[in-house]
Amino acid sequence: MNYKLMRYVIGWLIIFESVFMFLSALVAVIYREKAVYSFLISMGIGLLAGALLIVRKPKNKSIHAKEGFVIVSISWVVLSIYGAFPFVLSENIPNVLNAVFESVSGFTTTGATILNEIETLEKSILFWRSFTHWIGGMGVLVFIMAILPLAGGSNIYLMKAESTGPDINKLVPRMKNTALILYGMYFGLTLVEIFLLLMAGMNLYDALTTAFSTAGTGGFAVKNDSLAGYSPAIQNIVTIFMILFGVNFNIYYMILCKKLKNTILNTELKVYLGILAAATLAVAINIYHIYENFGTAIQQSVFQIASIMSSTGFATTDFNLWPEFSKMVLVVVMMIGACAGSTGGGIKVSRIVILGKSLIKELEISVHPRNIKKVKLNGRFIEHEVIRSVNAFMVAYIAVFAISTLLISLDNFDFTSSFTAVAAMINNTGPGLEAVGPVENFAKFSVLSKCVCIFDMLAGRLELFPLLILFAPTTWKK
Amino acid sequence: MRIIIAGCGKVGQALTEQLTKEENEITVIDLKSKIVSEMSNRHDVMGVVGNGASHLAQAEAGIEKADLFIAVTGSDELNLLCCLLAKKAGDCQTIARIRNPEYSAEANFIKEELGLAMVINPEYAAAMEIARVLRFPSAIKIDTFAKGRIELLKFRVQEDSVLGNLTVMDISQRLHCDILVCAVERGDEVFIPRGDFILREKDIVAIIAEPKKASDFFKKIGVVTNQVKDTIIVGGGNIAYYLSHTLLSTGIKVKIIDKSMERCERLLELLPKADVICANASDKGVLEEEGMYQTQSFVAVTNMDEENILLSMLVKKTSDAKVVTKINRVDFNEVIGGLDLDTIICPKNVTAEYIVGFVRAMKNSMGSNVETLYRIIENKAEALEFIIRKESEVTGKPLVQLKIKKNILVACIYRQRQVIVPRGYDEMRVGDSVIIVTTNTGLKNIEDILGK
Repeated sequence: MNYKLMRYVIGWLIIFESVFMFLSALVAVIYREKAVYSFLISMGIGLLAGALLIVRKPKNKSIHAKEGFVIVSISWVVLSIYGAFPFVLSENIPNVLNAVFESVSGFTTTGATILNEIETLEKSILFWRSFTHWIGGMGVLVFIMAILPLAGGSNIYLMKAESTGPDINKLVPRMKNTALILYGMYFGLTLVEIFLLLMAGMNLYDALTTAFSTAGTGGFAVKNDSLAGYSPAIQNIVTIFMILFGVNFNIYYMILCKKLKNTILNTELKVYLGILAAATLAVAINIYHIYENFGTAIQQSVFQIASIMSSTGFATTDFNLWPEFSKMVLVVVMMIGACAGSTGGGIKVSRIVILGKSLIKELEISVHPRNIKKVKLNGRFIEHEVIRSVNAFMVAYIAVFAISTLLISLDNFDFTSSFTAVAAMINNTGPGLEAVGPVENFAKFSVLSKCVCIFDMLAGRLELFPLLILFAPTTWKK
Repeated sequence: MRIIIAGCGKVGQALTEQLTKEENEITVIDLKSKIVSEMSNRHDVMGVVGNGASHLAQAEAGIEKADLFIAVTGSDELNLLCCLLAKKAGDCQTIARIRNPEYSAEANFIKEELGLAMVINPEYAAAMEIARVLRFPSAIKIDTFAKGRIELLKFRVQEDSVLGNLTVMDISQRLHCDILVCAVERGDEVFIPRGDFILREKDIVAIIAEPKKASDFFKKIGVVTNQVKDTIIVGGGNIAYYLSHTLLSTGIKVKIIDKSMERCERLLELLPKADVICANASDKGVLEEEGMYQTQSFVAVTNMDEENILLSMLVKKTSDAKVVTKINRVDFNEVIGGLDLDTIICPKNVTAEYIVGFVRAMKNSMGSNVETLYRIIENKAEALEFIIRKESEVTGKPLVQLKIKKNILVACIYRQRQVIVPRGYDEMRVGDSVIIVTTNTGLKNIEDILGK
């Protein structure tokens, strides 16, 4: 294990995070809030610690698969804990565990909160809360790679561990440029959303925080009723951007490169939009009787489906009051999640497609045992390795899910609450149903359950393996 | 620079390693997905699984924006096809590896007719490198310009050499040698010497000259040029054939030892002047009988690295011969470096170096006309070969009348198969190959040598 390199990367990570905190400190200055001191103190601690960690450059800069996984998961833990500093120091969230929960929920773009009352918090703290979504959405190590001249080729392992989806590819030959392009598109799309929200009449502070939350597909809002209080125009803009940020960013690069044909033929995109449309329609018909107006039903339905499927978790209505069928649809799209290579969470559409196709293949083979079949995606045969990793992911997903639900059930909530709480954590969505519904929060959980939730959020964001590897004895053997 | 490499074999890997270090954007294409993912994990490159000659794979690798396409798959025909398609699909230069001796003999025709920038034969390149070493074993490094007709040699001035305390001008006036001292490395400093520059002992001197004149020069300064008179080559592969062919034409006696009767007969047909021995060279008795103790040089080029190393060590131990060893796998160079061997030749590295040299020149001169570029002293001095294609400020005027920048030397003019070591009254003309030596890197055009 290359501990020296790990120390170096984490040092830079903390420095970058303190630079990000500076923006929140500025907000605190503008609103003349006391929180500015907590930001400055946190930044001071961070810059000092970071500087100490990076003073000595490691000679050996090689990253192998093992280092990639371990560096990424440790980095995320450090990122979240350090991100909780301002919450605790400003005494907005004095309880350390709650602050860490909020911070993890922010960086993993989950958007679940332990706060009963949001609007009483200082504005700069809420800004930081939303900003953590933006940082965590595209992945902070990808950002560091875009700027820092880290190791040579082997830092692909960092990207593989941090990015989402079963099969990670670079956009251009050089890692650094790939990271720059990804962040460029991310930044650009966020700017467009901020602009549109401003045009629709939102104030700058709300537009910034809402755009950050949407871009990272997070879901922290600055209002108690999430987005319900805003005009339909604003809600529609957010709907569109939630869908857009759930799309694989490779697609946007292909569009930029004018490869429209590949874009249209992309299976994952088609399936993603297909599921989205079908679920929206099904829910709209199901909730029609509540709204008495098909237009409103569609609008509510598409917002909620987009919000849950892209794993954002904004709410315009308490969907916990919807009919059982609609709630079930929401849980299903929550599990499916967004596209691979997006900022969203969940199992990912491409994994679902691969699993579905291999299931069909297995069925055909059981009928015609001598038939040779291979799974195809986007007109290419899929490597056996990829299918294997998707299967392994599913097993790990179910195992983590089952054990977490078991542990959380100790708190004695009903089955729906326990089950959807874990689903909302591991898929990085945010709200679940019943006791953890969109108007509820996670404050009522016990210490153990909160710890389980924190683990599930991190595991879900890093797609299980990087975090599980930390618990495997072979990782730490010399 | 954007480069696509088709084929991730030995040469492909060596190339990728070197070229990524030099900040190029590399995309590799190979049929085997395992190799491609291995490559993209190990180096900062993008991988495409597919046939390098299919347009689909090339398009995916970004052929439209590529600057250079290098085809180094195992098959000559495939390499040529790759290059042809790449040339049509994108506006890029192409390099193909051609291994088959029959095609290789027509390399120039193929290159011209198919519009390739470079055709490279790893075995031929390795053989040429060996031949150069055998011709002048005491040089540190030898590079060539104008297709081998001009050489750039680096050597160290020995203690008590006549060169010590001699000015550069004295070399031509007193020693009557038609060579040009183009760069001198003394400690950490690098000089482009003027006529009054005084050479000292232990300097590393780079000279440019025709091969024959270079050996005259070394004779005069008292360095035993010891161009070998005979050689024993073990292993009768393509390298042995190319090497023998070159050595025989310069009058060096060649004895080739190979196990296979069939191959021996074929070699005899191809090389009537060579002694071909059909025997197992790993038998010490055979080597003794064939004159292992008397030979002046010994070249081990069998397909087995281990055999080459062992035989070379044996000969090195028991005779004074110059020993050249071919080693394919150089991954273990820590171990190999510790062995007592003279010169080690690795065909894949020789090939990679040739191509990397071309890439450097291309990069140095995007859109200009640098033919070849060598770093004489890493990052401090380089030698560039330009071909003058049109009339310009630099042509048709005696060199003394040109206001040439400091630290630039017009080292050599190659005109109609004639090598001119230029003096003040010489001039450059259209069609000439001109070699420029400079410590200012980044010359793009021949006109750049002029100051303002």
